[in-house]
Amino acid sequence: MSESAETPALPKVRIATTSLAGCFGCHMSFLDIDERILDLMKIAEFDRSPITDIKHCSPCDIALIEGGVCNAENAHVLREMRANAKILVAIGACAINGGLPAMRNRLDVGDILNEVYRDLDGVQSHVPNDPELPLLFDKVYPVNEVVRVDYFIPGCPPSADAIWKYLNDLILGRMPRLDHSLLHYD
Amino acid sequence: MSGTETAIVVDEIPVPFKPGQTILEAALEAGVYIPHLCAHPEFAPHGSCKLCTVIVNGRNASACTLKAAAGQEIEVDTPDLHAYRRTLVQMLFVEGNHFCPGCEKSGNCQLQALAYDSEMMTPHFVEFYPHRPVDASHPDVLIDFNRCIQCELCVRASRDVDGKSIFALVGRGMASHIVVNSPSGKLGDTNFSVADKAAHVCPVGAILIKRVGYAVPIGERRYDLEAISEEASRCAGEEVR
Repeated sequence: MSESAETPALPKVRIATTSLAGCFGCHMSFLDIDERILDLMKIAEFDRSPITDIKHCSPCDIALIEGGVCNAENAHVLREMRANAKILVAIGACAINGGLPAMRNRLDVGDILNEVYRDLDGVQSHVPNDPELPLLFDKVYPVNEVVRVDYFIPGCPPSADAIWKYLNDLILGRMPRLDHSLLHYD
Repeated sequence: MSGTETAIVVDEIPVPFKPGQTILEAALEAGVYIPHLCAHPEFAPHGSCKLCTVIVNGRNASACTLKAAAGQEIEVDTPDLHAYRRTLVQMLFVEGNHFCPGCEKSGNCQLQALAYDSEMMTPHFVEFYPHRPVDASHPDVLIDFNRCIQCELCVRASRDVDGKSIFALVGRGMASHIVVNSPSGKLGDTNFSVADKAAHVCPVGAILIKRVGYAVPIGERRYDLEAISEEASRCAGEEVR
């Protein structure tokens, strides 16, 4: 009797990803794992992600969050993913400390909108106010100031090797660690 | 005479010391790394960052200010102290605006290097996002106070080496900050020079020389290539930085 007939296939690890107030650079870096994604797909599948274009998150094992929280839609998406994910990972500088978008935090958000949409020459004369547009927050918040975060992968972006190592550790149940060569904030 | 009268014990390793040496000086000379940030071999110790905290015969002490003495048994590399140092670094990160991807010092920054060394994955605490204007008034040097950690190395260098006393730390507690000694408060209105020692001692990206920021690419810099602890051990006995 073959072993495979007796051993039921392990359920695949479900991974959800999203980019909030980020630049998709962390997702690009994730895709830089190149052909290793084929190995990953043998044991994992994607839930909500730009890769699948699924719009809402369902129960999953790992959620990778890129970007900080700059508006109401970011907060909704983040909370939905937190509610569904067993492990939530903040990935990249923006998710971890707000990153470059958070450099607006010392300015008043009303002043910024007026400057960009009303006062600059050659632009429209009012701040956009369509109900479909998510409400901007006063500040850009790191992910861990909005929901509980289980793990953090710093970097701008973290290298493909760092993401690969971390994901492997998580999936295989090891204590995830990045050594000096993989740990970078820039 | 037995060696114990001129040696301290650091993590069970005997470390010789010369009279007058601090624990930090003796340890670094012997290749035993103790993390430190505000300490600099050319200046009087400041004892403010507390990253060099060690346990000496059961009590916490700053290795940069406490003189080595026979009979000291010192703990440096323990999980508790490791976590404690990481917490200090995390607090320094959230207190300022430390956006490494946008900083020219990234890779050469001692704060960042110590964060790498203590495996800081997140600043953890709620970010302060303070408002600290940049002073670009000087033709050759830029001051970005967002990254200042108030180690006072520039204060010490300008006062003790350059003889100019251009910088000072004012205020108390959360209001402490570095000021520039000129009527306008701007560096451009002082006799500060790029040749001054104070222009070259900043451990973070607060005092930056203009027009050389990216002469060495990101990824090929000092602490990109080697962890700060490994560098210190390798360079033991040489001039301590």
